[in-house]
Amino acid sequence: MSNKVIHALYNDDDILMDAVKKVKAAHHHIDEVFTPFPVHGLDKAMGLAPTKIAITSFLYGLTGLSFAIWMTNYMMIQDWPQDIGGKPNFSWFVNMPAFVPIMFELTVFFAAHLMVITFYMRSRIWPFKSAENPDVRTTDDHFLMEIAIHGNEEELTTLLNETGAVEINVIEKE
Amino acid sequence: MSSHYEAPIREPLVLGEKSYHDISVDIAKPIEGKANKNWYIAFTISLIAFLWGIGCITYTIGTGIGVWGLNKNIGWAWDITNFVWWVGIGHAGTLISAVLLLFRQRWRMAINRSAEAMTIFAVFQAGLFPLIHMGRPWNGYWVLPIPNQFGSLWVNFNSPLLWDVFAISTYLSVSLVFWWTGLLPDFAMLRDRAVKPFQKKIYALLSFGWSGRAKDWQRFEEVSLVLAGLATPLVLSVHTIVSMDFATSINPGWHSTIFPPYFVAGAIFSGFAMVQTLLGVMRKVTNLENYITRLHIEYMNMVIMLTGGIVAVAYASEFFIAWYTGSPYENFTYMSVGAATGAYGWAFWSLILFNILIPQLLWIKSIRVSFIGSFLISIAINIGMWFERFDIIAIVLSKGHLPSTWTRFEPTFVDVGIFIGTIGFFGVLFLLYARTFPVIAQAEVKSIMKVSGENYKKLRDGNHE
Repeated sequence: MSNKVIHALYNDDDILMDAVKKVKAAHHHIDEVFTPFPVHGLDKAMGLAPTKIAITSFLYGLTGLSFAIWMTNYMMIQDWPQDIGGKPNFSWFVNMPAFVPIMFELTVFFAAHLMVITFYMRSRIWPFKSAENPDVRTTDDHFLMEIAIHGNEEELTTLLNETGAVEINVIEKE
Repeated sequence: MSSHYEAPIREPLVLGEKSYHDISVDIAKPIEGKANKNWYIAFTISLIAFLWGIGCITYTIGTGIGVWGLNKNIGWAWDITNFVWWVGIGHAGTLISAVLLLFRQRWRMAINRSAEAMTIFAVFQAGLFPLIHMGRPWNGYWVLPIPNQFGSLWVNFNSPLLWDVFAISTYLSVSLVFWWTGLLPDFAMLRDRAVKPFQKKIYALLSFGWSGRAKDWQRFEEVSLVLAGLATPLVLSVHTIVSMDFATSINPGWHSTIFPPYFVAGAIFSGFAMVQTLLGVMRKVTNLENYITRLHIEYMNMVIMLTGGIVAVAYASEFFIAWYTGSPYENFTYMSVGAATGAYGWAFWSLILFNILIPQLLWIKSIRVSFIGSFLISIAINIGMWFERFDIIAIVLSKGHLPSTWTRFEPTFVDVGIFIGTIGFFGVLFLLYARTFPVIAQAEVKSIMKVSGENYKKLRDGNHE
């Protein structure tokens, strides 16, 4: 019976926010909330930890910058130095001003793309992935709260009804 | 409800009595319905122009660059003019989606999707020109930092042309993922609405299985914010580097330190004009007048006035400095008495008329909020900004350091044909986009409904009295 869940549907973001707070106050764990648009403060109300994805982006950016420095140094200074337009190439540092655009672009390139790939992997979204929202209305105008049932079905149903849910379904989850 | 407060003095951004479901219906309507006759007419014209352009490109590649009007002094003309023009147009999309996001401007939400689509399609067109101008486009991969067949001779990282390769490819790819990430929830909405199995399959594929979990949204918002933070300096860097193609050379008229900010302002100026041109038509055709309102048109016109003003000041300072140097060379640059009275005087005066004089009409409020007025002015700016690039390139090159080499550039039908072809290609892409993509970021619009929706504002502001 442990894989039984309750789905409560709401049709307004403010009612949903109040409901989330009430359910948390009654010490129930909210497994998931599906919403059609970002509801501000919902993650905090649900007790989700803040995302660290911006930090990964910073690290990816540093990687891109390091790669650009290594690449320009290897290609223009070490492997095949050439005097082009009188720009000095005795060392990477004296030639550096000409490489600033490359360093900047590669920093942005790495930071942006690797962060987005990280986001897709962590949130499990990619081509040919099938959607996992339990009700098609959750991408339109409904908000769905999913709570696991541990022999407390009636108590939960009463509580969710009080919070203003427009529909409550008990589902056997595979 | 206090969290949804917005000052009553701010005009609503979404008009009419809209519920969340109404927004889904309105955005899905152009996709689920059938295209009307006007769409087919516009599509056919664009397609013919596109095919004509493909013909001219094929002729160029088959015969050689000699079929263009270039000569030994003017080695760059229409192709680079078109390149810079298209890249510039792209800038408005990133500005709207990234810079206005950082400034928390809610009005961007109605137009960011289409503006970004315009960015991506415009950068496609821009990328074509350097590739064709190589003459042997199959060797285009030589711009990549890979060792060649003679050994490890590398690309030249000292050259602004190579900076351009990196800037444009980073810009195109980052804009593309920014756009697509924002599209995921909207594709998911279309997927969950679709009744035809084929449509459902396509939108399921495009939406990458987006489910809208609270954690997904949390990451989505953080990713959008960081991407906006990265795209803002990126977009400024792109036109800065494009301007360095000219500014780091030693030609009088090109060798100018104000080029980077002046080019960026010009890019945003022309880009907003193109957004104005496209959206003015699109909002009527797709019945989205409640989302893209007069207020949006007015705000865009204000950005056009600001950036147009920066461009006008740049022209004035270029003109003044050219005269002030006392150097005879400078009298043949694109902003000089020599240019105004010379063989290209018509191009000089077109620039002044379309880019400086006509946009001043926007100071009049009734023109600024009028759709037809801003549409016509935006067309004028598009023409004017094309002339700006043509003047900078062709006028400067036509009068070099050695008077015996002075010459003129006359475009051939191939030059003109390729340009018309890119406009057709752009039209084809944009028209297909308008029929198959959610043209407004509906998830974001829903999130501002309670703050800026007309019905919610009325409800709330009424309570104070």
